[in-house]
Amino acid sequence: MALPKYTEPHYRIWHYFYLLICGCVFFFLIAPLFVIFPLSFNAEEFLVFSDGMKRLDPDAFSLRWYKDMIYGTKNPWGLAARNSFIIAIFATLGSIILGTLAALGLSSRHMPYKGLIMAILISPMIVPLIISGVAIFFFMAKVGLAATHLGIILAHIILGTPFVVITVTATLSGFDHSITRAASSLGSSPYNTFMKITLPLILPGVISGGLFAFVTSFDEVVVVLFLAGLDNTTIPIQMWTGLREQLSPTILAVATCLIILSVLILLTAELLRRRSERLRGINR
Amino acid sequence: MSSETGKILTTDGIPLEESLKQAEKKNKIKAFLLVAPLLLFLIITYMIPIGDMFSRSIDDKMVTNMLPKTYKAMENWDGKELPSEEVFEAFYLDYKILVKNKTAGKLQTQLNYEKNGFKSVLKKLARKQKKFEEGNYKEQIMKVHKRWRNVEYWRAIKRRAPSYTYSKYLKGVDMYSNEDGKIVQVSEDRRIHRILWIRTVEVAFFVTLFCFLMAYPIAHLLATLPMKYSNLLMICVLLPFWTSLLVRTASWMILLQQQGIVNDFFVWTGLVADDNRPEMMYNKTGTYVAMTQILLPFMVLPLYSVMKTISPSLMRAGKSLGATPAVAFFKVYFPLTIPGIGAGCLLVFILAIGYYITPALVGGASGTLISNQIAYHMKSTLDWSFASAMGLMLLTGVLAIYWIYNKLVGVDNIKLG
Repeated sequence: MALPKYTEPHYRIWHYFYLLICGCVFFFLIAPLFVIFPLSFNAEEFLVFSDGMKRLDPDAFSLRWYKDMIYGTKNPWGLAARNSFIIAIFATLGSIILGTLAALGLSSRHMPYKGLIMAILISPMIVPLIISGVAIFFFMAKVGLAATHLGIILAHIILGTPFVVITVTATLSGFDHSITRAASSLGSSPYNTFMKITLPLILPGVISGGLFAFVTSFDEVVVVLFLAGLDNTTIPIQMWTGLREQLSPTILAVATCLIILSVLILLTAELLRRRSERLRGINR
Repeated sequence: MSSETGKILTTDGIPLEESLKQAEKKNKIKAFLLVAPLLLFLIITYMIPIGDMFSRSIDDKMVTNMLPKTYKAMENWDGKELPSEEVFEAFYLDYKILVKNKTAGKLQTQLNYEKNGFKSVLKKLARKQKKFEEGNYKEQIMKVHKRWRNVEYWRAIKRRAPSYTYSKYLKGVDMYSNEDGKIVQVSEDRRIHRILWIRTVEVAFFVTLFCFLMAYPIAHLLATLPMKYSNLLMICVLLPFWTSLLVRTASWMILLQQQGIVNDFFVWTGLVADDNRPEMMYNKTGTYVAMTQILLPFMVLPLYSVMKTISPSLMRAGKSLGATPAVAFFKVYFPLTIPGIGAGCLLVFILAIGYYITPALVGGASGTLISNQIAYHMKSTLDWSFASAMGLMLLTGVLAIYWIYNKLVGVDNIKLG
């Protein structure tokens, strides 16, 4: 953003000051994530940069915390990771199916009581998590699903569907309904029309909603804290316990893996967003 | 066209109007059926349980269920003088069962809440009642302890009769209803909840303010930079957004600890002495810093999506008409960004007011919020009805904010990413 030549000096100063502020805020946003990275390779047990690390001495770095994460004696992380993935995958599938169907219905112009129903469908996003946690816990305890995988999966479907509903409705808002009518008039069954015409077009919205649902489930602590038993511990629960008791470098190794995972998710989401924008550009 | 009726008919002879209505109805049902699975699922697993929280929060059947005969006998008692023999007998019978089942302790505690000193009276009765003879229970009970002659104690029992109560809500704002049924505040040193409510609102407010002050310039920069730079910088916003909350909290715990990098930096610049490192974690400072960084993306994204739509020529037009850049900004640009500000502030405030994880980890005792109290009662004291009452009070607050926002700005599509 180069300034034009005629800019007066004090505006020039103001402009550089503004850029400096922006730089500081970006630093504040991103820098904390990069602290974790080097410290997870610390050869020592302390969570500070040792003198050796400051000198970039290779002996000060090691993979011992990563080894501990994978082969550690009690090793809660293996079970936690497996649980986390199972729960997140099923919760995502559930959210996608229920959420996409609901979004299709909601974006039909025949839908009665649209506002009210939309409010109910996205309410899990507005209600503070702690309240959702209490309410869902009461329900799961009553039907005997507390401390089961199924209970946690259902809870995460509740929390994940609003994202799918919102992203898919947004994709459908630019959807040209005459295409599906054309398909029907050419003799396609409704199921066929959906699979061959509608779904491919709304797929970016479905997938990005699914990503939100996945991350929500994968990262969720509050509800799981109420629901989980010993067999259902997830990665966030393990981290939560670890952070409360003692910050060990093993947690940082796990955190580094999680950051890498979020980079991958971010890249996927970005690619999808661009594809979706491109597709909408063609429709216009 | 049929000549007799003058109505347009479809090929199967049904009037077109009717046929259209039928098709419309079919479409309505079809659309509703698509929504129905999710709607039903949410109503059963989510809406009804929230309603269930309400019935739990006012539920007070414990004492009623423990003394069924007593309350039945008390129905005709006016509460002015000592109750009749009938009530004494019923109470004796109820209490005998409780002592036998070893559940009398609960009743003692509950009634002691109602009237101080009830516990010892009841304990003494528990010991003596084994030797009671049949008949004339009034005399026998009154002989055990002279307080049984005091009508106040019987009134205390009667006060517990209704099977619902709003006492949990009063407790949530540090009040209780005293022996005369008046609502009064608890003693000054026990007013913990009000402090928590005020602190929660205060933290949410300031976090929202800090987020706004920090997000506005960078959202503006992102919206005005050429695509290739802004996409790169956008990663700085999106990466924290997608990163696990616990990871970000952990990184703040490392940064803010006493031997941490932030403190190292302060010592290095000479701002603080090495032996006098400030405590930045386990207090409000930690909560503020960590929550601001964690919630910042939620402010940047709505602001960005609004600023992106504002044409730069508007500012140029303002300037060409003689406005200084500052005037052009405040008169032209800023008002156009208000929908974004509203959406961002609402999002951050609502998220902050219900925050649990970060305050619990970096907040210490002086940085915990109302959600931590709810979780504490859910997990530690197991006073679920109190946790429900506080949760519903918080929910009412959030819905009120949402409603006000809707009136003022209007909730249009909540934008994500």
